[in-house]
Order: sequence, then C-alpha cells, then structure tokens
Amino acid sequence: MLLQRFLIRLLTMAITLFGVAVVVFIVIRVAPGDPIAMMLPPGATDADIARLRALYGLDKTIVQQFFIWLSGVVRGDFGTSISLRQDVLGLVFNRLPATLELASVALVMAVAIGGTMAILGARERGTAVEAGIDIASGAALSIPDFLWGLVLILLFGVLVPVFDISGRVSPQLDLPFATQFYLFESIVRLRFDLTRDLLAHMLMPAIALALPLAAIISQLLKQSLKEVLDLDYVVLARVKGFSETQVILREALKNAALPTLTLVGVQFTFLIGGTVIVERLFSYEGLGNMAIDAVINRDLPLIQGIVLVFALLFVLINLAVDMMYALLNPRLRHG
Amino acid sequence: MNAPAKPCLDIRNLSAVLPNGLRVLRSVSLAVEPGEVRALVGESGAGKTMIGKAVLGVLPPSVRIVEGNMLLEGEDLGRLAPKARRTLIGARTALIPQDPLTALNPSRRIGPQMTDRLVRILGWSGEKADARIRQLLDEVQIRDPERVLKCYPHELSGGMRQRVLIAAAFAAEPRLIVADEPTTALDVTVQKQILRLIAQLQREHGTAILFVTHDLGVVAKISQKVSVLYAGKVVEEADTAALFAAPQHPYTLALMAATPRYTDPFASLKPVDDKVLAGLAAEIAAADQAWRRPHG
Ligand SMILES: Nc1ncnc2c1ncn2[C@@H]1O[C@H](COP(=O)(O)OP(=O)(O)O)[C@@H](O)[C@H]1O
Ligand SMILES: [Mg+2]
Repeated sequence: MLLQRFLIRLLTMAITLFGVAVVVFIVIRVAPGDPIAMMLPPGATDADIARLRALYGLDKTIVQQFFIWLSGVVRGDFGTSISLRQDVLGLVFNRLPATLELASVALVMAVAIGGTMAILGARERGTAVEAGIDIASGAALSIPDFLWGLVLILLFGVLVPVFDISGRVSPQLDLPFATQFYLFESIVRLRFDLTRDLLAHMLMPAIALALPLAAIISQLLKQSLKEVLDLDYVVLARVKGFSETQVILREALKNAALPTLTLVGVQFTFLIGGTVIVERLFSYEGLGNMAIDAVINRDLPLIQGIVLVFALLFVLINLAVDMMYALLNPRLRHG
Repeated sequence: MNAPAKPCLDIRNLSAVLPNGLRVLRSVSLAVEPGEVRALVGESGAGKTMIGKAVLGVLPPSVRIVEGNMLLEGEDLGRLAPKARRTLIGARTALIPQDPLTALNPSRRIGPQMTDRLVRILGWSGEKADARIRQLLDEVQIRDPERVLKCYPHELSGGMRQRVLIAAAFAAEPRLIVADEPTTALDVTVQKQILRLIAQLQREHGTAILFVTHDLGVVAKISQKVSVLYAGKVVEEADTAALFAAPQHPYTLALMAATPRYTDPFASLKPVDDKVLAGLAAEIAAADQAWRRPHG
C-alpha cells in the first residue's frame, strides 16, 4: 500500500521532469537567437558556422537532438556549455550549493518572521497589534522580491552603506572549504568569522526573498490559528489553567500549521525561482545568476541543465512537503 | 444546616451583554454548595453554556460581563488578576464538555492530554500524574489504559472519549466541575452509562457539580438542587425533589409537560403554550426595565 503510493509518486515525478525537459528543449530552440553566431567573430565564413553547428550537434533535427541529449542525460552526461566550454553538470553542481544556501537562509527567515508575526497577531487578536501586523504583511506582500532587492540596495547600499551588497563572500578572505557549501562548512569547521562574512553577504538578498513569503505565512497562519483558538479543545486547555501563549504553542500551532505548510511548499518553489533575479541584483554567484548568463549567451546545453536541476528541486520540495504533512497529521499516518 | 458554610460556587447578580447591547445573562444568581450537584436546566439558547463559560473564565471576547460577582470558594474571581484567576480556575475547577469529539486535540495522544494539567499547572511529578490517571481510567471502567493512553482521539469512540474527559476532569480533585450537557452528543445507550458514571464519581469524590442540561429526566436522576433558566434569567430555583413535586413557575410546568415519560413514551410532547410564553416575555421585559433604570 505504502510502497504502491511511493512508486506512483516516483513515476509522477519522472513524467513531470520529462515534460519539463521536452518543453524547455523546444522553446529555447524555437526562440530567436543563435548561440553559434554569438560565439564567432564578425568575419566568420559560412563553412566555419556549419562546422561549429555540427560540432555541437545543432545541424540535426530537434527530435534527433533531443534523443541524443536525453541518452546523455540518462548516463549523467548533460553535454558541454557552449559559452564556457565546460561540462554542464560540473558547472551546475559548482553553483547549486550557493543558491541552496541562500534559499534555505531565506526560508528560515521567512518562517521565523512570519511565524512570530502570526503567533503574536493571534495572541493579540482584535487589538491594534494585530492591525499593525496586518498592515505590515499587506505591504510586504504587495511588493515582489526583486523590488525589495532594489529597495534594500538603495537603502543599505547607497544611502547608508552598512552591508556588502555584492558577491557571496569578501574576496580578500582565504577560504579553506572543500565543497561549495560555504555556509554549512564554515559552521562545521567552527570558522564563525567566515560564517559571519557569508551571512552578511546573504542578508539582503535573503531578506528580499523572505519578505513576501514571511507575509504569506503571517497572514495564513494567523488566520488558521484564530480559527483553531475557538475550538473546544483549546477552551478546555484554557480551563486547565494554561496561558494564551502556552495554548497557542502547545495546542493550536501544530494543527493550524498544516494548511500553511502546503502553501509554504508551493511558495518556496517561487522563492527559488526568485533567486534568479535577486542573485543577479546582488551579484551573488549562484545558479540563478548563471542562468541569466546562459540565456543571454543562448547557451542551450547549459540552459537545459539548469532548468532541469531547478525542476528536480521543485519536485523534491513538493515530495518533502507531502511527507511532512503526513508526519504531522496522525489521521493520515494511520489511515 | 445552621453553620453558614461558604458555597463552592456563588454567582451573584451576574449580567452579560453582547456587542449589540442585548443582555444574554439577566442578573443570574445561583450557588453550588460543596459536594452538591446543581442542575441548570433550560431550552437551547437559554444561556446555560454562557454561565459555565463565565465561571471558568472562557467567555468569548464578544461577551462582556457588566454586573455581578462570581465567588469560587469565597474568592471573588472578578477581583483577581488574570494570571491568578487562571491558575485558581485551573487548580480548583474542571470542565466536562458537551462534545467529546471536538474537546480533545486531534494531534496529541490521550496520555499527555490527560496529565498536562497535573504536571504543568499543579506541579506534580510525571510518575505521580501517570499513576493518578491510571487510577481514574480504572474508575471510569476503561480496561486497557495502556492502549488508550497511547491513542490519538480519532482512534476512540465518542463514549470512550467522554470517559477519558471525565477521568481527566476528576483527576486533579477539583472542588467544582462544570458539566455542560455531557451526554447530549452521545448515542442514547451510551448516555445512560456516562450519566451513571458521573453520578458515581461525584459521590465517591464528593465533588460539587454545576450540571447543565436541557433534559428534566437527567435533572431528576443526578441533582439535589435545580435552577431553571429562560432567556438568561433564572425563573425558578428549588430542591430537585420539591421542584418535581410542586413546580412553582408556569414555565417549569410547561417544560415538564414537554418531557417524555417512560410510563407513556408515545404521548405527544406538548410545546410550551402561548400563554406561558407571553407571561415569560412580560417577565423578561419587566426585568430589563428594572435593570436599565440604574444602568442608564
Ligand atoms: N460567541 C457568541 N457570541 C455572541 N453570542 C453568542 C455566542 N455564543 C452564544 N451566543 C448567544 O448567547 C445565547 C446563549 O447561548 P448558550 O449559552 O450557548 O445557550 P445554551 O447553552 O443554553 O444552549 C444564545 O442566544 C446564543 O445565540
Ligand atoms: Mg449549550
């Protein structure tokens, strides 16, 4: 029963990824712009162009190209980047950790800020505190992440320059890292000086990414909390002598979090999508930043590789959300 | 009989209003003596639950108490700071709720839901609380406490859940229990068992109970005193035996006529007749008139 559900789930994921691969493959070949023309100097002959096209397999039909690419992907070979002339998979894995760390920090921020606002707003329901939280979250929500990025750059980069607003880490630092998970490694190696530098660089792009999600969490979780706080078992807990804060944390939060959790999963995939532009704004060397270069250069294999990795991330996040949902909901766990 | 012992619960002249100014409780006075069961009977919407919630400090924010006092073993609840009031209510009272299906947290196991008051409010050790809960589960005739304590609420029937809630209510030896129609949501066959169980535990533990019900049959079985509530006003109060022997208020009489009898279960139930209703309306209007004068 459980195994069957798991297998169906795996199959759905595979089909989703295949669909994404097909669509992206076609769209980037139909869209205007020729990667070969962009590589060559102005005086190149037609013969030069034809030779290069053949080298990258672009002389074949789209269907042929697709299956050549797909048979490579199945073997773990995503091809060679046209603009960087390196293995696509290597490039992607080199940049992915930076993006994962940024998105994770943003998610933690969003949950911490949004969760606190929701709990505070629910506890102070009907008062000016709740009204203030509603206004703040409404404002945070009506401005998209990249505009928050611009606002932050103007505020803390131009007007009161207190933070580094460019890059992932200060260039003069010696980095002892073995992997690209700098933040994670700096903590494991107890190099908190580096952790601080990394977080300082991450702070503003992470806030820009986190604010809209924090606003959504604050609104939705507060609403569910307020509904749960009228239920009989919460009334019973108050009669037992528990304070409103205890009642919210012990009785209401877990049940109220379930509807929020699903939405946060979906919104987290949007947040990862948002890294593309926000990384660019802050010159943060992640996968999103590289994706923009790849599109500008019409680097077809690199675009395909990056998109497929993003799609895989989205699918895995949805899987994780479903599993957490089942874990938190005893009725699903047993039935 | 002559020593003026403090009542366990003493409600004096309690009035509460809704935001639209409507009075939902109309100068309610009632007392529950230590170890005694007082029934609070009335039709649905009369304000029975509201009185229970007022005593336990869990009125909805829209309902405002505008007059009166509530004394719990002589302590005026209205004069206490919120935290002191909460702790006092947590230590000395308990609630047996109306609907056992919604009164347990669906995502917490039964065990911790039963012991949390003992451990976290009353400061008992985990072992002591655990032993106490097992003893109470035995008293409510749950034969496999081990399994029940590990269950989530949805794994138990309504009757089992109500037993669990009754056990939890008595576990901390409260002085006063508010039982809000504790059998209404249950199957008819289970209703009798649960009622018998509450009566038995009440006798053994000597706990005072404010027993809310709309059913005079239940009043006769469980209570020594009774208050009849109509539209938030106590219209008659008496010893239970005296009330059934000689009801004084026409509304009480009408309620009795509307209650099915085991001797004649197929007799058609009489609704409260128009003359009685008109009398009640006049009585309520006069009470509100008298109340408005000093209160503007
Ligand atoms: N949360 C609330 N806000 C406003 N009015 C309420 C609320 N709950 C109940 N009432 C009203 O108060 C009156 C008394 O309700 P209640 O105490 O639940 O009656 P009972 O328990 O006797 O059936 C009813 O008229 C009901 O409509
Ligand atoms: Mg009621």
